[in-house]
Amino acid sequence: MSTVVLLVITGLGLGALYFLVASGLSLIYGLMGVLNLAHGSFLTISAFLGWEVGRRVSDGTWLGLAVSALVGIAVGAIVAALTEYLLIRRLYERHIEQALVTVGLSLASVALFEGIWGTDPIYTEKPDWLGQTTVILGAKIPNDRFLLIACALLVLGGIVLFLRRTRYGLIIRAGVENRSMVTALGIDVRRSFTLVFAIGGAAAGLGGVLSSVYYGYVSAHLGSTLLIFAFIVTVIGGLGSLTGAAIASVLVAVLQQFANFYLGGTGDLVVVIALAAVLLVRPRGLLGKVA
Amino acid sequence: MNDRQTLGSARQTTDAAASDSTTAPAGTAASARRPLWLALGGTALVVLLALLPLLAIDIPGVLPGPTYTPGTLQLLAYAMLIAALALSYRMMFGLAGLLSFGHALFFAAGAYGLGMALDAFAPVEWPSELIFLVSIIVTLVAGLVLGATVGALALRVTGIAFAMVTLAFAQAGSVLIRRNPGGATGGDEGLALDITNVPDALVGVMNTRNLYWVALGVLVLVYLVVLWVEKSRAGHVAEATRENELRVRVLGIRPYRLQLLIFIVASVLAAVAGMGYVLLQSGATPRIATVDFTLNLLVIVVLGGVGYRWGAIVGGIVYTLLDQRLTALAGSDAIAALPDVLRIPLSEPLFILGTLFILVVLFLPGGIAGIPQRMRTGRKQHPAEAEETADA
Repeated sequence: MSTVVLLVITGLGLGALYFLVASGLSLIYGLMGVLNLAHGSFLTISAFLGWEVGRRVSDGTWLGLAVSALVGIAVGAIVAALTEYLLIRRLYERHIEQALVTVGLSLASVALFEGIWGTDPIYTEKPDWLGQTTVILGAKIPNDRFLLIACALLVLGGIVLFLRRTRYGLIIRAGVENRSMVTALGIDVRRSFTLVFAIGGAAAGLGGVLSSVYYGYVSAHLGSTLLIFAFIVTVIGGLGSLTGAAIASVLVAVLQQFANFYLGGTGDLVVVIALAAVLLVRPRGLLGKVA
Repeated sequence: MNDRQTLGSARQTTDAAASDSTTAPAGTAASARRPLWLALGGTALVVLLALLPLLAIDIPGVLPGPTYTPGTLQLLAYAMLIAALALSYRMMFGLAGLLSFGHALFFAAGAYGLGMALDAFAPVEWPSELIFLVSIIVTLVAGLVLGATVGALALRVTGIAFAMVTLAFAQAGSVLIRRNPGGATGGDEGLALDITNVPDALVGVMNTRNLYWVALGVLVLVYLVVLWVEKSRAGHVAEATRENELRVRVLGIRPYRLQLLIFIVASVLAAVAGMGYVLLQSGATPRIATVDFTLNLLVIVVLGGVGYRWGAIVGGIVYTLLDQRLTALAGSDAIAALPDVLRIPLSEPLFILGTLFILVVLFLPGGIAGIPQRMRTGRKQHPAEAEETADA
């Protein structure tokens, strides 16, 4: 029993990370049709800069972590908005080229991070409480899982409120639904493209700082590993669906944990098989709209 | 039977299109002579490349040494194998419009397959030539089966979802190789080639030029197969599907089988290049199965020019040479003396290549192979783009 609880909560924590990356990917793809392969780089740069600033302010304390998180969010949003403005915007409606530009960006940026911070993981300090465990139903749960889950829930709630309650959210939702109609109504939908990129980048930035807490290190390849699973989550959940991404993140991460424990570390393979199965049975994903 | 009929009608349409273009008499004469010149030029180039190990051509800055030295031959052979791989990738991405993120899987299948087959057959008491041949055949069959399985599954979806399924399979393959099941793949360390049954002519530094000829042979073989597929009816239909799938379906052709055929042929060709790779490098590392490796292929194909067959070759060779020379440059004193702001980006070859790639996508949509065309027509726009606007 305690093992199952541990696996479920750890899975939820990992799912929270997947969701932070996948939410941005899904929104960006849903609104603009852009497959953003540079999303992992947004995460990595935020993790590095958040760590650099956080440890200078106060290493290994809650204040340091809070500063890291704020810096990470800001860096992610700015870098993502700049990417959209400088690179993606020039190639509107040419989806393959847009994907290619993000491929180039991710290759170049990972190489740059390796040049600056080296190829080895750098181990980070975190507040003492996060390194301890809490006993729930007989299972010793590492406390950082709770932080991850809480943050992901906050982000999910925040994005949903933004999409439902604000005018910009309305435009974005309408744009995902039918972009040409929104344009025909005289609304410049392109302005919301930058906004969506910034939101996705901010979520990925927070994900970067949190993943350095979860894994205990920062490295130039932090983003690429998470990005592959985030892609799988996005496709399983349905491209463009935020709720779908949330559900799929939890499903994928919990499945992965269970397979890792009970099937001898085959978590990654099981996830891939799950993806293939979903695509064959239901190619548009769990909650995706009909293409 | 239905399919045969529809194929026939597709040929009629292409024939009709061909006769349209031949109405201009001057065009006919020129276009009849061009393939001959191209074939002659290509043969001359292959002969020149085949003679390189016997010559002492030194291009400072581009090649590490004169062309007869093993180091240079090794680099050139590697570049040609990458070019062959890129050519097979272009057949899927450029010709059939299938954006796959999993092509590295088949290259790795070729490299690891041959290595593992040689390992597995090592204790058998057959003559070593026979074992070598059987290993190659086993690897080819494995590549064929793998390509057919992945292709049949992945082609059930299109577009981005197709890219994702291929990505997922490649990721699964990469994980498997790293996990080292039964000690067969060597895990993160990589697989060392067991040379007991490899012909002596293909082993050792002194025989690098034989390996160079093998690599050249692989490149020529892949080129000829790609050319054959591209000129065949299947190739034409695949090309038509890329441009407008609905129109092809309305003509009554089901593109699935032809796309699958292209997928399988490309996979087997990738496996052939992979077998060359494992012989040349005397081993395989898990790096060649990663998604990053496929992304590099994508970079190579786009850098060279998606619209041109020889673009993939140019891209593969330019990319490999650049990568190698930039790495050498990164270690040089001139770079080490620079301040950090310049030194760090310049000492990362992938950073320079990635940036170069972004610039090519933004400002040079035809790639390197498209430059002559751009200079001739003086057109600022991508040719494909102009067609699109004319269509709309």
